[in-house]
Amino acid sequence: MKRFDNQVNAGSMADIAFLLLIFFLVTTTIDVDKGITVKLPPWTDEPIAEDVIKRNVLSVKVNRNDELLVRGEVVPISRLKERTIEFILNPDQRTDMPRSPRVAVISLQNDRETSYETYIAVYNELKAAYNNIRQEEALKRYGKAYENLNKEAKKAIRKDIPLVISEAEPTDFALK
Amino acid sequence: MLQCSPHCSIMIHSFSYSLIMAKLKSKPKRSRPTISTASLPDIIFILLFFFMVVAIIQENNLLVKVIPPHASESEKLQRHDEINHIYIGQPSNKNAGTSPRIQLNDAFAEVKDVQRFVAANPQKYSTTLHVDEQVTMGIVGDVKTELRQANALKVHYASRKKAEE
Repeated sequence: MKRFDNQVNAGSMADIAFLLLIFFLVTTTIDVDKGITVKLPPWTDEPIAEDVIKRNVLSVKVNRNDELLVRGEVVPISRLKERTIEFILNPDQRTDMPRSPRVAVISLQNDRETSYETYIAVYNELKAAYNNIRQEEALKRYGKAYENLNKEAKKAIRKDIPLVISEAEPTDFALK
Repeated sequence: MLQCSPHCSIMIHSFSYSLIMAKLKSKPKRSRPTISTASLPDIIFILLFFFMVVAIIQENNLLVKVIPPHASESEKLQRHDEINHIYIGQPSNKNAGTSPRIQLNDAFAEVKDVQRFVAANPQKYSTTLHVDEQVTMGIVGDVKTELRQANALKVHYASRKKAEE
């Protein structure tokens, strides 16, 4: 009588398990969110007092056609980062720019018709400018990259170069 | 260390080579084993399964179409389950119109529902706004105002990392 020696070939089990592993890896990376973190200002009913000195404010306005106005000057978005860095550091000690990065404030205003893409691009450039300056400061002070610093050192740098973006009420030219 | 001339090392090499060849040739001739393809259907089945599952995840959860904008300064966000998620975009179903809508949990919502939604989960300490890049800032600004009134001030704008140039 012929007997079948049936055994399940376990050779492919490894492959299958490997594929399952890849599957879980891929599905979990989909869930990982990336984004830009911001802290919104607390809500107040009273209008905010405009007591900031004019030289400390970099006003960035985005209109409904996604065009940028930086301190009354039309600037392409590709040059916003360098303009911001120049404003914060004020290398030439100009009198219309802040005396130190500590007091610098960026005022961002957009229109209701501004596209979200442009808004994030502007926000991203402003954040990139600050990250750039903090990185340079970290290298100068500690000789290390900002990410590799300990908590206190990071805090000290953040305190000296605070990222302050105040957002004004959006304009609404569509209704007018 | 053993000193050896270049000529000598070549000799050693040729010697070991002939040894290996002798060993190979001494084996009786066998038919070449074929690679078993029995597991191939399984693999393809798993792949299919994978694509099916991924596609369903996207379709069930989102009622609005969201393609986040690019941003080079994107950072990885913290734990997924401790964050409120708000989706803003054009409805994927054409019957729901073409103007951008807000999605909270699994249903469409209005701007005024945002405050209640955030207040319902006080243990969630931050909010992620998943906004399509085509959406205009009007509706986003309204949601931001609601979040400020609800005192949910920590906000993430979902974005994609820019491909490095």
